[in-house]
Amino acid sequence: MIADAVTVLLIGAGLFFFVAGTVGFVRFPDVHSRLHALTKADNLGLGLVVLGAALQAPDAATVLKLVLVWLLTLAAAATVAQLLARSALEDGAP
Amino acid sequence: MTATLVYGLAGSVLVGVGLYGFAVRRHLLRQILAFNIIGSGLFLLFGALARRTPDGTSDPVPQAMIITGIVVAFAATALAEALAERYQELTGRTALEEDSKPAPPDEQESELRG
Amino acid sequence: MIASAAFDILLCLLIVTVAVGSVAARDLFGAVALYIVYGLLLAIGWVRLGAVDVGLAEGAIGAGLTGVLLLGAAARLKAAPDPPRLRIVPLLLCLAVSLGLGAAVLSLSVPQPGLVPLVQENLAASGVGNPVTAVLLNFRGWDTLVESVVLVVALVGVWALAPDDLWDGRPGAAQRVKRDAVLNTFGRLLPPVGLMVGIYIVWIGAYAPGGAFQAGTVLAAVWLLAIMAGVAEPPPVRRPLWRALLVLGPAVFLLAGLHGTLWGAFMSFAPAKAKTMIMAIEFTLTLSIAVTLAMLVLGRPRRPA
Repeated sequence: MIADAVTVLLIGAGLFFFVAGTVGFVRFPDVHSRLHALTKADNLGLGLVVLGAALQAPDAATVLKLVLVWLLTLAAAATVAQLLARSALEDGAP
Repeated sequence: MTATLVYGLAGSVLVGVGLYGFAVRRHLLRQILAFNIIGSGLFLLFGALARRTPDGTSDPVPQAMIITGIVVAFAATALAEALAERYQELTGRTALEEDSKPAPPDEQESELRG
Repeated sequence: MIASAAFDILLCLLIVTVAVGSVAARDLFGAVALYIVYGLLLAIGWVRLGAVDVGLAEGAIGAGLTGVLLLGAAARLKAAPDPPRLRIVPLLLCLAVSLGLGAAVLSLSVPQPGLVPLVQENLAASGVGNPVTAVLLNFRGWDTLVESVVLVVALVGVWALAPDDLWDGRPGAAQRVKRDAVLNTFGRLLPPVGLMVGIYIVWIGAYAPGGAFQAGTVLAAVWLLAIMAGVAEPPPVRRPLWRALLVLGPAVFLLAGLHGTLWGAFMSFAPAKAKTMIMAIEFTLTLSIAVTLAMLVLGRPRRPA
């Protein structure tokens, strides 16, 4: 019961950060601030969702897989954000 | 049964959307994209009907056929993309030629061609 | 029940909207980007339908590899003015097709056991526990054998489009990305992890969702990433080793099938040996699929820039 409640809380908080990141993506004026909103808020949001889902996992292997998913997404998001930011800078975006 | 209905109807709509794109958009890459939407719509239709089992498990035989279909669709897409690129190199165009006899504008619009 | 149906309806509306967006998008890049989103949403739909194997294949091949291929194409093909215009007659015809298919779905929505009982009865003799893998590699092994050959034939077709003087040269990288520190690090970081994930997916495919095609795609993606990050070079297509890798999987599959003729019929496996045979086919097929898929994305040999 307590685990379920914590899961709902964590995933709810995660979804909040996803929404915040998306609002930033839609509302912010230029590439760099949009990237800032997306990568930071979504990575934290996904981390919270993973944490919430891990509480429901039947065994340690599932928790490991969930953490791997999160780490891979973090690495990919960081790399892609850097590449996008640089190419936007080279194209003369503010 | 609800899932079969919802995803089956979504698949039907996707086939129509892809078919429309394939008929109306002229750029070869857009036609390749539209063709893929038709294909995935049909897969979804097939997969939705595979779930009509009384206990709601998905029939594995259609699943295997759909996986085969997805892989073959990718191979066809890669070949089509290579053809489109070569076509552009040789002719400088990115859309297939109209028929040699120029059709009046009205007729062109109602034409359903790839 | 209601919440789950509402989720399905919402997801399907989203899928259809993104598909319409991809068809109607003004620029090529936008159309391809929306197509990738479409593929990922479809993968969620497949999970909802209980077809996790298909979801993995759709996400990896339908969205991932097709997306990389077409993003490269969008960069290489000229954008011609092609404004989206509403055309009434095609629209009505396509609507009629959709309505017809929809009517078929409605009339077919009655419970059917399908082939589930047949597969369940024979699963014990198939050598694997995942029914989809049992169908792919044992019950309908024919389809999969021919499919693996189709991949190689498509690759030969792509190569054949090279100009004569470039035939058997080196395929160009699918994307030209600046070789900077961040991407280079990512390209070195990911291959060990990707290799582990790929092997895990083919191994788990015997019991749970996964298998040669999904694992092969993961390995192909890792190799492509290493090439794009400047860590690896695309191999020249004349190299015999690479050509051997392309046909290794289909060849092992064919030999296993011929071995079946000794026992019973072509492509039949004795239950006692089925597990060994299927694992041998799966692992070699994974390798061949990985090389073939990656080379399909890399495309034909190109002039060095």
